[in-house]
Amino acid sequence: MMKIGFLINPVAGMGGKVALKGTDGEETLRRAVELGAVPVAAGRADEAVKEFAGKAADCLFYSPSGAMGADLLKSYSLRTESLFEPSEHTVPADTRRAAEMMLERGVSLIVFAGGDGTARDLCSVVGESIPAVGIPAGVKIHSGVYAKRPKAAGMLVGKFISGEVRRFAAAEVVDIDEEAFRDNIVRARLYGCMKIPDDREFMQERKSGGSGGPAEEAAELAAFMALSMKPGHLYLIGSGSTTRQLTERLGLDGTLLGVDAVMDGKLIGKDLTEAEIKKILSTVEREKRALIITAIGGQGHIFGRGNQQLSPEALRMIEKENITVIATPAKMAQLFGRSLIADTGDSALDRELAGYIPVVTGHGRKIMAKIS
Amino acid sequence: MNNLERMKKFRQARWNEPIIYEISEPGARAVLVPGPCCGCVSVEEATASLPEAMLRRDKANLPEVAQLQLVRHYNHLSQENIGVDGNIDIGQGTCTMKYSPKVNDRLAGLAKVADMHPLQPDETAQGILELFYKTGGLFKEISGLDVFSMQPGGGSHGVLALASIVHAYWRDKGEEEKRDEIITTLFSHPADCAVPITKGYKVTIIQPDAEGYPDLEAFKAAISDRTAAIFFTNPEDTGIFNVRIKEFTRLAHEKGILCCYDQANANGLLGITRTVEAGFDMSFFNLHKTFGAPHGCGGPATGLVAAKKELRPYMPVPLVEYSPEKGYYLDFDLPKSCGKIKSFWGVAPVVVKAYSWIMALGADGLREVSRVAILNNNYCMKKILAIKGASLSFPNHPSRIEQARYSWQKLKEDTGFGTADVQRCIADFGTHYWSSHEPWVIPEPFTIEPSESYSKQDIDDYCGVLAEISRMCYEEPEAVKHAPENSTVHHIDHDYFDDPAKYAITWRAYNKKYKGYFEPR
Repeated sequence: MMKIGFLINPVAGMGGKVALKGTDGEETLRRAVELGAVPVAAGRADEAVKEFAGKAADCLFYSPSGAMGADLLKSYSLRTESLFEPSEHTVPADTRRAAEMMLERGVSLIVFAGGDGTARDLCSVVGESIPAVGIPAGVKIHSGVYAKRPKAAGMLVGKFISGEVRRFAAAEVVDIDEEAFRDNIVRARLYGCMKIPDDREFMQERKSGGSGGPAEEAAELAAFMALSMKPGHLYLIGSGSTTRQLTERLGLDGTLLGVDAVMDGKLIGKDLTEAEIKKILSTVEREKRALIITAIGGQGHIFGRGNQQLSPEALRMIEKENITVIATPAKMAQLFGRSLIADTGDSALDRELAGYIPVVTGHGRKIMAKIS
Repeated sequence: MNNLERMKKFRQARWNEPIIYEISEPGARAVLVPGPCCGCVSVEEATASLPEAMLRRDKANLPEVAQLQLVRHYNHLSQENIGVDGNIDIGQGTCTMKYSPKVNDRLAGLAKVADMHPLQPDETAQGILELFYKTGGLFKEISGLDVFSMQPGGGSHGVLALASIVHAYWRDKGEEEKRDEIITTLFSHPADCAVPITKGYKVTIIQPDAEGYPDLEAFKAAISDRTAAIFFTNPEDTGIFNVRIKEFTRLAHEKGILCCYDQANANGLLGITRTVEAGFDMSFFNLHKTFGAPHGCGGPATGLVAAKKELRPYMPVPLVEYSPEKGYYLDFDLPKSCGKIKSFWGVAPVVVKAYSWIMALGADGLREVSRVAILNNNYCMKKILAIKGASLSFPNHPSRIEQARYSWQKLKEDTGFGTADVQRCIADFGTHYWSSHEPWVIPEPFTIEPSESYSKQDIDDYCGVLAEISRMCYEEPEAVKHAPENSTVHHIDHDYFDDPAKYAITWRAYNKKYKGYFEPR
């Protein structure tokens, strides 16, 4: 019998309609309710459950009681075991506790409805240990772990249950600081990666070409970048899952969330702070300083999201042509029709960086992208 | 019964046909091959000079099947197939699926063609050489270019020939190391990116702007003195004709860059515009696509290469030439050539079919081909855009040439069904639909190209099927989930095509990877 963890963050999304840009923190939730916010997550989750309920007769669901999931599952007569009685107003600790209990019960998939905050809480416990499918229900959805729509999430879960999913990919969990966001300051961070089912559709015929799935694309890109690194050059790499693939390819123990330094195949600095970055850059001549970055999150940010260590001052120490942006073709397809965004915090530098840049997407392959 | 009802009652033949090795019976023969006679040397004499280590000890493992069983086997396979001769083949957009006149098959099968050997002396092969030479002459008119090679055995092979010519050109100029980049566009055929990479080039892709045209500013930023050549398809896979193409080629030429045109699909251009007017230095045309030879399953095919006379020294060898003294002959005297692209001289039967097709139509006929193809496409667009859930890529740019890229994004949002579901479903109607080339930046894409061969009724019927599938997605989702029901193959795991550990393209590989894996039949 397949065991599935299921969780709704019932307060997710409540801040949206009342323009609160998120519902993190008890005070915000109280304000949201005062402003007339109503729960939306259950409805979004319902749209998803509707899609897979018919296939889930032989599944056993583990879910917190009541509005955090069990009620909805029971309304579809799905076999459900309640994990615990959550607090009246759901708090991050509830999500983390549920995730721990799901892992203990040996679930093979976690399905959750929420926003970036929910994904972040889950990720802190689950990481990439088991696959997860996110039902978008929050105000902020920047994390790749969420399906595009609740219905799509439900169909994906259905495919997982019926054994049609064979591949998995890493998806980034990104969240912004809601306090700052309410003051119109966007400060995003990469919190980690989760493992998501790779929804490659089963088709009657194959698509042309044989580029494989996201995992193969990322591996090709990492292999090519590893080959193109020059001796005697200092490479700052990161942050993000695409750049982590490169350090992995080099056989180095790099970081996902930080900026690492590599020279002649050796990791010479790990998860560097801004001061450390400047210090390490100053150890080599200007033309031998290189930076490899990727677009983080769904909006195409190359600076200012998850890599604030790369301060304007640090970036000015590197020649523009020695900055290489890498992204898989799948990521570039997601960003199609949009520009990359440099938001370094220094508008003069942002203007200098603006223009066209070739983004490396695979072996010998680049796409011209606009930075704005 | 109306056509839609009739198509709905389609049932695909399903023979569960074994692999030919599985019907092999020791001793069975379809033909008895005569032994050497009439003064030929014996097998023993012929092999006497071979080193011992090269002699085969065991007999080759070939299937042994008698004629009737053999004919039945291939008949079964042919019934499990689909193609232009069996369906309304307009769902294979960018491929220019058109009718290939049967009479041209006859011509190509005549002993005068079929019995030729490529190693015959030129003076005994004047007819076929003349035909190659004159086919080149026809393309002088079609493209405005000067020199021609019919050596490449397909479209992507044509791209390889162009990339090889580019390489030979820069080698001659002493800049082969520096000029190591190629520029193409996102909606050019994917081979324009992939093939130069196999030749060792780095390729930079230009994305389209909001109008669907390649972004000129991005192009300006991409070209440099490191650029060896540009490889552009036009009209692109979207069916959009880049009206600023001369600006691109002009900017490229300013930096000394060679301009290569992918005209594999020239079906909307014949007699309307030429390669040379767009400012290109060389091009290739698929004889098996635009020019009436069958297009299918990786060949036999021909990617005819055309170039300006300045590039003649770098063309593949040999070129077919004519002089009053020598008649038609193969010219190998090109010391700066990019070399050979393929064994021997080209796929002669395809050239015969294309020559016949062009000569039967004449200049006016070729122009009519493109005009009808464009008209058919614009009629088809009108029908498709009336279907619920379907939309046009780059809607700001409503005019298209010979094909159009569409999207089922709305259908996906409304029903959860996308292009892959439509593709599974359509097999139940005895026709097919191929989705689109990568990259899938247009969500849930499909590309339809109703070439000049299809009647109004054909287009109505095909669009009627798409409309019916759309209706099913909205009203009968369970039926869509179960489709195809009338076809034999349902949901395919593509690992068997993509994963080296799983694919088996020979019987030997199949035995190695799967022996004992399946129950004996």
